Amino acid sequence: MKDVAVIGIGCTVFGEKWSHSFRDLFIEAGALALEDANLSGEQIDSLFVGNMSAGRFIEQEHIGALIADYAGLATEHTPSTRVEAACASGGLAFRQGVTAVASGMADIVVAAGVEKMTDVAPGQTVDTLASAADREWEGFVGATFPGLYAMIATDYMHRYPLTREQLALVAVKNHYNGARNPIAQFQQEISIDTVISSSLVADPLRLFDCSPITDGAAAVILAPLEIARKYTDTPVKVLASAQASDTIALHDRRDISTLDATVAASQRAFHQARLSHKNIDLVEVHDCFTIAEICAIEDLGFCTKGEAGKLTEEGVTALNGDLPVNTSGGLKACGHPVGATGIKQIYEIVQQLRGEAGKRQVDAQIGMTHNVGGTGATVVVHILGRS
Amino acid sequence: MSVARFWRKIPQRYNLVGTRCVTCGRYYFPPRSFCPSCRREGKIIDHQFTGEGSVVTYTIIRTASEQFENATPYIIAIVQLDEGPRLTAQIACRPEDIRIGTRVKKVFRRLGTEGKSGVIHYGTKFIPA
Repeated sequence: MKDVAVIGIGCTVFGEKWSHSFRDLFIEAGALALEDANLSGEQIDSLFVGNMSAGRFIEQEHIGALIADYAGLATEHTPSTRVEAACASGGLAFRQGVTAVASGMADIVVAAGVEKMTDVAPGQTVDTLASAADREWEGFVGATFPGLYAMIATDYMHRYPLTREQLALVAVKNHYNGARNPIAQFQQEISIDTVISSSLVADPLRLFDCSPITDGAAAVILAPLEIARKYTDTPVKVLASAQASDTIALHDRRDISTLDATVAASQRAFHQARLSHKNIDLVEVHDCFTIAEICAIEDLGFCTKGEAGKLTEEGVTALNGDLPVNTSGGLKACGHPVGATGIKQIYEIVQQLRGEAGKRQVDAQIGMTHNVGGTGATVVVHILGRS
Repeated sequence: MSVARFWRKIPQRYNLVGTRCVTCGRYYFPPRSFCPSCRREGKIIDHQFTGEGSVVTYTIIRTASEQFENATPYIIAIVQLDEGPRLTAQIACRPEDIRIGTRVKKVFRRLGTEGKSGVIHYGTKFIPA
């Protein structure tokens, strides 16, 4: 297999983008990535696009061809494939792109993600997100997506000494980072009080424990490492690409508070990269809810079960800590356009490794991404390093 | 949801009919036609659960999807049936009456309707036993 590098990145500003259509979003992100790699469209061999639910959000399927068309590639007949794994669609699109380049099937590959979530009423958005879990046996009886993570939080807080304040500190930290990220949906700092006085969504989770509804798109360009320097002075090498599955329903898991697919994907990634946890300088984790960041830090193996709340309180995961987590602001503050999130995580790590992260820059040689579909039925983990 | 999609799950939704693998003795609810433990060696038969169990974890839903907007706040829990399998269900009780470990039993209830002319969803909820 060939070594693979990221040679270009692009991302829209995330938010409620009333004046931007689905097509506007992905064209903007794609153009930024191509410009960054100094490439033109006809050089692209293949596209992989992560998207959770255009069918329900904008009543449009067949996203692969649509994107190739509006990217001006219809006359080139460039292969374009939609990849879907709920909120892990972006991470999985990146993994498909890596596979295509590593195998030698393609050289220049675009891995992108896009979601337009605000063109339907909020009630419908809630229902569409619930389809990331088990529709027949969870959604049907009234379990919402925040409700499922709330049940993880109830179980976790019953078994481990996590305080309400520690959980709130996850959101406070991610808003601090988001306030330093020009593409973030929320560029404002918040306090513990903001979180614990916000309205309850599903006990014990409150509004500020939850990632928002977001429009946005992100794109990155992949190439074999051996030719990467033709396009960029700062290629970022893909050191590991791992994926794991678990039961679709939360109630069928071995342990409600452990995402076994995160454990499996993390172990596979570290094995592939021949690295250990102390080699990782920063990590973008899937904090769709504050409790999800707590579980992610533990399940990825950075500490033992029950310790992540204390680690957060001690500032270990802060921007100036030993292991900065979610320097982008995470899903909580940067926003969560579901299909785009996995690519935005790669975008953030590449910016950090290139030294282009501005006010939120950390000292980093190696970074990790962790993208979750549903309540943990799909997990995608990548490790990236300076080259 | 089409009438047929709802109708074909009536035994499971109304009466908690799940499955059991004769080869390994494991119980499944929601039902499975393929035993994840025995795979091709498995032999699956129907099994009616007693509907008694205990609460593993729970939440109170304050913001719901369109279909359940009028029902908020309501309790959702993961219930472990006494035979072993777990399922997600509503618990019909006051929020202060539920804890992890609360003993519950099944009851037949209306879950919701699809507009004025759509399917009426019935199914199983639980109440403290």
